[in-house]
Amino acid sequence: MNRALIRSTLRGASAAELQAMALPVAPRPASAQPQRHPVVVVGAGPVGLSLAIDLAQRGRPVLLLEAGSSLSTGSRALCFAKRTLEIWDRLGVGQRMVDKGVSWNVGRVFLQTEQVYEFNLLPEAGHERPAFINLQQYYCEAYLLERLLQFDSVQVRWGHQLAGIEARSDGATLTVQTAEGSYCLEADWVLACDGSRSSLRRLMGLETQGRVFQDRFLIADVKMKAQFPAERWFWFDPPFHPGQSVLLHRQSDDVWRIDFQLGWDADPEQEKQPERILPRVRALLGQDADFSLEWASVYTFACRRMERFVQGRVVFAGDAAHGVSPFGARGANSGVQDAENLAWKLDAVLGGRAGPALLDSYGLEREFAADENILNSTRSTDFITPKSAASRLFRDAVLGLARDHPFARRIVNSGRLSVPAVLSHSPLNTPDVDHFEASQRVGAVLTDAPLSAANGQASWLLRELGADFTALAFAPAPAWLAEIDGLKTLVIGGQLSDEAGLLARRLDARGGTVYLVRPDQHVCARWRAPTREQLAAALARAQGQWQPA
Amino acid sequence: MLHTEARDLPYDELYEALIASHEGLSAEQSHLLNARLVLLLANQIGDAQVLRAAFSAARAGLPATAAQTPQ
Repeated sequence: MNRALIRSTLRGASAAELQAMALPVAPRPASAQPQRHPVVVVGAGPVGLSLAIDLAQRGRPVLLLEAGSSLSTGSRALCFAKRTLEIWDRLGVGQRMVDKGVSWNVGRVFLQTEQVYEFNLLPEAGHERPAFINLQQYYCEAYLLERLLQFDSVQVRWGHQLAGIEARSDGATLTVQTAEGSYCLEADWVLACDGSRSSLRRLMGLETQGRVFQDRFLIADVKMKAQFPAERWFWFDPPFHPGQSVLLHRQSDDVWRIDFQLGWDADPEQEKQPERILPRVRALLGQDADFSLEWASVYTFACRRMERFVQGRVVFAGDAAHGVSPFGARGANSGVQDAENLAWKLDAVLGGRAGPALLDSYGLEREFAADENILNSTRSTDFITPKSAASRLFRDAVLGLARDHPFARRIVNSGRLSVPAVLSHSPLNTPDVDHFEASQRVGAVLTDAPLSAANGQASWLLRELGADFTALAFAPAPAWLAEIDGLKTLVIGGQLSDEAGLLARRLDARGGTVYLVRPDQHVCARWRAPTREQLAAALARAQGQWQPA
Repeated sequence: MLHTEARDLPYDELYEALIASHEGLSAEQSHLLNARLVLLLANQIGDAQVLRAAFSAARAGLPATAAQTPQ
């Protein structure tokens, strides 16, 4: 099957066809001499695919190795956050994801039958993307793969399992197992995106124990016509599943995810059987509900991370590097952010525009982000699955108070949903010297806002940013900005206008204000009126010309 | 800062009212009431630093029990 055929098959396939699709297993390379590859990505899940697309868009040849030869079975990751969609917009696949997915912003929390808390994750207008979409992982992977196969500089080898690695300071020799036997290849850089059971992590002896939570959960995906709105509904102790929690999400194609807390003593093999699942679903939907079971899985989880994501020439991203509980949708979303953080930095190092110190900043920034995600998801899990009698007592007290007392609703924790990390302490940032009255901070992703181009065409700020660094200037912009190498200049009040003044308010910008934005759309510096030297120094710093501590 | 000096409050009356609020409750209900009370008062105090000092002070003064004594 050639790539044009794979792409057209991916485009037209139904959910069932995508999950059953056999991707062509690549033959073992004929040459006995190991071939050398500048970048080898291991793992073709959402993280590995996003990373490979980003590198390919930057003109880098990529070899992608994947042990399996199919897309994800079942909905798995499902909830993709606004930031992930913005990253996918940059990779050219955001719109497809949004078109197919179910957009949502609102979550509701119920105690038994009564609503105790409601939250809106995107309470203001003027953003292109919703807080979340729900989209089955096989669709997500299919769209990413179809995009990736547009690049001739990318080779994908399905059915190629990593079996050995000999890492050196200038690269690694990989042993790869195929159905026809094994072979070796040379890699200058190895990007490990091979998931929570990462082969690379194991082969390199980098396993970490982490904190395993003593609870089991059942995911049941059911297809039905239902009246529930496109919102995240979470029940504590509902009458249809007493003493435990239940989470409901709508997916595309009239599929619904129902996530039942089962408790640690549940038998995972028995609970996977339809005769055990169907009564649980009927208890929620009603005895005569018309639905079919699409997919089910019983899972448990651990919160953990590797101590260092950068191991010489082997760099870990996504679930291979860190694990969280699913409450908060911080797994795949943080993994895609890892990929975006890594892609531009590796590209700059490969292009000789930055030294290896820039990749150290990948480790620092994403380890920090992983800690934040682990902290949030651990707190949620402790609320959902209290670990002691006292913890349970306070949890129940909070839920009981939430009905009548607004402060307690803020303590109710059914998952703090994924938002991008604010990289406040990144060595790539230039700290503020001017005062800004804005929720936008240095280190945070630049906030989106609607803009219009000179020809009147409507656009969005994030879509206008460059693939590399961007200076976002509010007119009048200094004339020398355009002369700085490797910098795209956007002038608000010049080629773009902010008619409603929304962006200026969000950034507390006035005439002369300049924001310096990284390729991954994080703000790394800003001024009321920078000098050329200030801007050049901030740019050099963000390009990795800093000394690691 | 956590205040532990006596204030100008009718302590005997307040103590009586606190005990009375538990009247007729099972031990389990009493525990829940106490937890609700802690949460309501914590929000009323509204100062994270004071609350952390109070959590520590409450824990520090706890009498040692058999379970906490090293074997």
